[in-house]
Amino acid sequence: MNLNTRRLAAVASVVVVGLSASACGGAKAGDSASASAESCVDTSGDTVKIGFLNSLSGAMSISEKTVSDSLGLAAEQINAEGGVLGKQLEIVQEDGASEPTIFAEKAEKLIQSDCVAAIFGGWTSSSRVAMRPVVKSLNSLLFYPVQYEGLEADRNIFYTGATTNQQIIPALDFLKNEKKIDSIFLAGSDYVFPRTANKIIKQYAAAHDIEVLGEEYQTLDKGEWGTAVDKIVETQPDVVFNTINGDSNVAFLEEYDAKGLSAKTIPIVSVSIAEEEAAAIDVDLTGQMTSWNYYQTVESPDNAAFVKAFKAKYGDERVTSDPMEAAYTSLWLWKGMVEKADSFDVDDVIEAADGVTFDSPEGTVVVNGDNHHIAKTTLIGEVQPNKLIKTIWSSDGPIEPDPFLEGYDWWDPNGA
Amino acid sequence: MKRFSTLPALNLIGIAALAVALLVLAPAVLDDFRLGNLAKYCCYAMVAVGIGLAWGRGGMLVLGQGMFFGLGAYVMAFHLKLEAAGPDAIPDFMMLYGNGTMPAWWEPFRSGAFTLFMVVALPATVSTLLGLAVFKRRIKGAYFAILSQALAVAFATLIISQIEVTGGFNGLSAFTSFFGYSLYDPINQRMIFFITAGLLVAMLLVAFQLYRSRFGELLIATRDAEERVRFLGHDPANIKLVAFVIAAVMAGIGGAMFVPIVGIVSPLDIDEVASIGLIAGVALGGRATLLGPAIGALAVGYAKTSLSETFPGSWTYFQGALFVLVILFLPGGLAQLPSYLGRLRPARKQKQVPALQAEGAA
Repeated sequence: MNLNTRRLAAVASVVVVGLSASACGGAKAGDSASASAESCVDTSGDTVKIGFLNSLSGAMSISEKTVSDSLGLAAEQINAEGGVLGKQLEIVQEDGASEPTIFAEKAEKLIQSDCVAAIFGGWTSSSRVAMRPVVKSLNSLLFYPVQYEGLEADRNIFYTGATTNQQIIPALDFLKNEKKIDSIFLAGSDYVFPRTANKIIKQYAAAHDIEVLGEEYQTLDKGEWGTAVDKIVETQPDVVFNTINGDSNVAFLEEYDAKGLSAKTIPIVSVSIAEEEAAAIDVDLTGQMTSWNYYQTVESPDNAAFVKAFKAKYGDERVTSDPMEAAYTSLWLWKGMVEKADSFDVDDVIEAADGVTFDSPEGTVVVNGDNHHIAKTTLIGEVQPNKLIKTIWSSDGPIEPDPFLEGYDWWDPNGA
Repeated sequence: MKRFSTLPALNLIGIAALAVALLVLAPAVLDDFRLGNLAKYCCYAMVAVGIGLAWGRGGMLVLGQGMFFGLGAYVMAFHLKLEAAGPDAIPDFMMLYGNGTMPAWWEPFRSGAFTLFMVVALPATVSTLLGLAVFKRRIKGAYFAILSQALAVAFATLIISQIEVTGGFNGLSAFTSFFGYSLYDPINQRMIFFITAGLLVAMLLVAFQLYRSRFGELLIATRDAEERVRFLGHDPANIKLVAFVIAAVMAGIGGAMFVPIVGIVSPLDIDEVASIGLIAGVALGGRATLLGPAIGALAVGYAKTSLSETFPGSWTYFQGALFVLVILFLPGGLAQLPSYLGRLRPARKQKQVPALQAEGAA
């Protein structure tokens, strides 16, 4: 017993020594926060590394694999054209595993261990919010390709998906002016995008004489939509605004179908159902509406070339969707920024970003240097029997990004 | 009946070796990023030490330790969020998701001392109330396991639904400093690693002493024959309660350190799936041994990172295969590996004799 006590003391002293050794040095908060932000990107050779960070496992993998694929296509095409500033792109792919914590860890790994020049990826708001402090503190770049809730503009992030004034608000304008709706029902997943979107919708509705008849949420991984659909049947809104994300949509639309509702009785406008998701839902969606900035059916030479190249690389049965197109565009925009800056340096690239354009499959897009979003045209689409989506209405040309909704006097960020 | 090697001297040498590996060797050979990874695994290992105590020694299959991990983590995250906001200001997400006001119960978390107190007190209180309700009613076995897991689900759902005060599904992130020390500074990150690894070693020493004590003997007795313990005049409920509360506090401390290391905590880190992940490391390492749970948790953490970096598209299959192999060939966990490799059955039995004697003499 005595002997063991001494041993214990010995071990304890090791701990104490270790702890005290660590206590020496170390900056207090406020001392130059960017001390560690020195870039290790290697541009001395013929190649430059970039990171793709998408969920290849977990709940979001079905959606995010498609983004990884279209990024791969863009990289292949850029390399075939001679690369960026004469350097071939070398891709480091990481799996975000549908978990914010993993996104943060892998982003750090890509920047610190792999020394990538920029990261492309993320899907859920939670993945972006998780990566944001990492790219910020290490002064790197993130290109985020998915429509989101807005109210954000980070120096180290470029947002190539729509912000709310390029997707949600035009859809509301369409419903009010073209469909003449008087009432609306809100159904969404329980996280920040649907909550914020619905906050915007409710304030829009209050200012435009639209009655909100209900607001229902389910957590992302759950699909108990029975009660909510009953409420829709009971309240008979003119339209349902659907901000449900992921697999939960399947359960919602099956329930909708089972209760005898359809596009003919009460139409739905969805902002998270694209070609990929529509094809996976085994319910007749014909006539249901969506709001995006791109559909596979967009008629333009650039889109025809994109769809053709994608199918050639990944198979004829594959479809292209808005987030895939936005991801594809993001890599080309980064190339444009780097070449305009004539440098891979993050600060130079950010400096050069304003006004960089690309003839993307959705049309010509322009980077806004102030808020790091891009101007985009809103397209209201209707799901066809073959599950592709056809444009039925479009905004008058590209809409300038306004992530903080400063141009809308009815919007009050601190309101209900 | 199963018996595991509990030679005290061997265990102490093991703890010392782990302490040297973590506190001396690792900082010398690992770069900042990998050291940060190791710090994260250490947080899981802290939870694992507690699970080893509650499950391995106490027979309580705690499938919901993510809840206690989460209590510690969110308490710490509240404080770091307020630290990042600055004095008199409120966290950024409350303006974004809420109506721009902070509920009064957030206010005390501005104090570092209160936060540290709550990191321990909250898991301890919740587990005590829960344990009293459960163990006094003699709920055990599968019922206890299901109950604990259901609580983890409920807790994560609660966090998700209270987006205005918890950050919801996105969790809490964007911390800038840890008790005044900048989180961006690599030297401070190292300091946090040392604190975390030191806490892990300290918990192992606590577990070591508990296992050798009369309480440790009673705990094993309760696990193996609860009725007999009762007939001998002890209340098994109290014995289990103590182990359960200690396990919860260890999980809470692990969660609290997780936050400054990883820089984010979200409901996915604390829900039922995360809880199962915590258990997996313990099972892999050997639940009834002293070092097995911690080493198993470190190994699972490392395997997850390295497999996913090497095979980003298919690493989950490798991880699954690893678990299947261990369960098939090493049902007692990795701690069983030396005896499995070294000797066949007869020799193993011989080896167990001193283990039994040593335990009896302790």
